[in-house]
Amino acid sequence: MGKIVAVTGNEAVAEALRQINPDVCAAYPITPATDLMQRFSGFISNGKVDTEMVLVESEHSAMSACIGAAAAGGRVATATSSQGLALMWEMLYIAAGDRLPIVMPLVNRALSAPLNIHGDHSDGMGARDTGWIQIYSENAQEAYDNTIQAFRIAEHLDIRLPAMVCMDGFIVSHSIERVEYIDDDKVKKFVGKFKTVNPLLDLDRPKSFGPLILTDLYHEYKRAQHEVMTKVAGVALDVAADFEKMTGRKYELFEKYRMNDAEIAIVVMSSAAGTTKDIIDEYRKKGVKVGLIKPRLFRPFPFKEMANALKKVKAVAVMDRADSFGGYGPLYYEICGAVMTLEKKPLMINKIFGLGGRDYLPDQAEYVIDELIKIAKSGKVKTVKEYIGVKE
Amino acid sequence: MSKSKGKKFWEKLPAGSVVLEAGSAVKFKTGTWRSMRPRWIEENCIQCMFCWMYCPDMSIKVTAEGKRGEFNYEYCKGCGICALECPGRKGVKAIVMEEEGK
Repeated sequence: MGKIVAVTGNEAVAEALRQINPDVCAAYPITPATDLMQRFSGFISNGKVDTEMVLVESEHSAMSACIGAAAAGGRVATATSSQGLALMWEMLYIAAGDRLPIVMPLVNRALSAPLNIHGDHSDGMGARDTGWIQIYSENAQEAYDNTIQAFRIAEHLDIRLPAMVCMDGFIVSHSIERVEYIDDDKVKKFVGKFKTVNPLLDLDRPKSFGPLILTDLYHEYKRAQHEVMTKVAGVALDVAADFEKMTGRKYELFEKYRMNDAEIAIVVMSSAAGTTKDIIDEYRKKGVKVGLIKPRLFRPFPFKEMANALKKVKAVAVMDRADSFGGYGPLYYEICGAVMTLEKKPLMINKIFGLGGRDYLPDQAEYVIDELIKIAKSGKVKTVKEYIGVKE
Repeated sequence: MSKSKGKKFWEKLPAGSVVLEAGSAVKFKTGTWRSMRPRWIEENCIQCMFCWMYCPDMSIKVTAEGKRGEFNYEYCKGCGICALECPGRKGVKAIVMEEEGK
């Protein structure tokens, strides 16, 4: 067993990056991810890693430099949050389209305006369609474990796609928790030596990245990109199985909590799942058959497995820590997409909670479960989408 | 699309649209884009090679003696950078831009 420490989420992920020792990092500071890269650059300054840190003038440049370094043939990592991710936007698509396995911890934070530095999922959800793999973490331990696994998934020779590892800004990134570190040599062995695919620096075999491809082949390249995404879940499960052998900690595409006989369920991601599990335990004591699903792999989304997990449930509340204004919350659409294949579909509601770091409190979980009990009994949904935890 | 040995056409494309062949730009002839055509006036040319240096494609031919040759119009988009940069002889340009088809 590794060392047990009391660290923040940022500290834990910086430690994972130290153990992995990427070739290149290009980063620009942004709250709450600043502290993560600051800690990592400390490892560089103190000679603990031999990563080349490229200091740039913006996140757009950070991602551009990461793309260049990855195309050159390096193992590359960066980290960001919120506006930083938004500024990377066009480069995110290029990293994925060029099939470059960059790993990026994303410390989830709200987007402006109004300006807000606290945690919600608006940034990550905005990058939903970029072609990046997205993995969401509940706590510091998961953020650490997922970062280590993300390198294996992204760099797998059947995949070669960039991956974001998400954790809630401040709630996880800046809170001190118990984390079990894995020994350095074990992490190094688990992640393995970086394998290059078509590196630009292989000067004997010159090549070009990023050509102009118009109506003749663009559609086919996107078809191929979709195909790669269909292989990610299988690889993620294989990597998780190896990880479990090493640490005893089990990871799946999503976590099922007390779902075996559940009649009603909450689907919620990241740190809010922890609070919800506590309240579920209280309702279980009262005999309410309620369970929880916590998506881990959000892109690609495991539709088939999710449908299977929800097939016996009467009513589901999907809780989004982000909104698609004028639409439903982004997670709600995914769950709707999953249950559409079921002959008997559960009744569905969508709650928007915790925007801009608004505390998600036990009474909010109770409110949602109470509503689900009523829906399951009556078979009727009054309001599909509702903001909860709003000052009225 | 054609199927060969079980793999579909799009499955055989190099991952990430990487071009695995050097110098393939030679196959991409951009001369058809041109609406303005540069004309070289040899008597005004001082052989500074600025046009060759500034040309974003490969439209300026260089002779075996290292001298500026004629335009290669297969790659000339008519951007006019060569004409703009040309210092000419005593202020008289060695490259002028003329409308195509005139």
